[in-house]
Amino acid sequence: MSASIELAAGVSGSLGSIGYGLAAIGPGIGVGIVFGNGTQALARQPEAAGLIRANQILGFAFCEALALIGIVMPFVFGQ
Amino acid sequence: MSDNGCGFPAPGLHSFLFEPIADFGWFYFNKVMLLALLTTIVICVFFYFAFGRSKVVPGKIQMIGEAGYDFVRRNVVYETLGKKEGEKYVPIMVSLFFFIWIMNIWSVVPLAQFPVSSVIAYPAVLAAIVYLIWVPLTFKRHGFVGGWKNITGYDPSLGPIKWLVSFIEFFSNLLVRPFTHAVRLFANMFAGHLMLVMFTVASWYLLNSWMIPAAGVSFVMTMAMILFELFVQAVQAYVFVLLACTYIQGALAEHH
Repeated sequence: MSASIELAAGVSGSLGSIGYGLAAIGPGIGVGIVFGNGTQALARQPEAAGLIRANQILGFAFCEALALIGIVMPFVFGQ
Repeated sequence: MSDNGCGFPAPGLHSFLFEPIADFGWFYFNKVMLLALLTTIVICVFFYFAFGRSKVVPGKIQMIGEAGYDFVRRNVVYETLGKKEGEKYVPIMVSLFFFIWIMNIWSVVPLAQFPVSSVIAYPAVLAAIVYLIWVPLTFKRHGFVGGWKNITGYDPSLGPIKWLVSFIEFFSNLLVRPFTHAVRLFANMFAGHLMLVMFTVASWYLLNSWMIPAAGVSFVMTMAMILFELFVQAVQAYVFVLLACTYIQGALAEHH
């Protein structure tokens, strides 16, 4: 345990970019699910296209916001 | 400026701070405020020419204006609030949509090249306006106790966990909602502007000897990002008004 902490303390460089990479995994999966299921719904019920597209973009915005907050946070808590 | 030892002027927070154009001591005026003012002027002039002398057979400008107005009315307000309840909210939603959209579009307009909504104050005030519409509306529609029940999603059928649910709903609806509403627009424009600045600066920075092909790649990326940003700007304006309508819909909805 203490060895791994020592190892982690030795890591230097642009850690923020690694952190952002990790933070983008979740929203990436989320956006994939939103558009995947949205496309499926469109294929199954093309007549409901307007409603599906509106909800799809809403879901996309909810997921994407997390990734974007990840971009902004280093500027808030950085240095 | 973050210098990584190679002299690359990486964009950062300093890309969002502007020197005042005019300083009156107690008040100063900078590029962002100028662009916000121009946004208002552009919208007023456009809609004056679109609807000032509206005709039964619309001209070119009136046609564009009507298409924009109708898009917000049909696809955003009517879809969420319905025709009867929604008609009252069409004017503010149309104004919000066009105001945000034009503020965002400055991001890719030559010479301006700065999205006004990437300064948190602008989305924060717009989100506050929406917040001040839907919270009083909840209490007006449902009364004091009913309003709290609506906001906290109080549901006796949930049994013992209803208090936990109410607490979480209270927290997420009243406190987190306006924050995410503003930050979503802000962060999108902030990140978009950072990326545009990064690729633009990079295509200038890489422009020496054997790096020129890389500069070309960066320039192509700049162009691609501009197209992508045009899409994102419209989507964000749409999402902002769509969420505003969803909040109002929640305030109007009968809670069981």
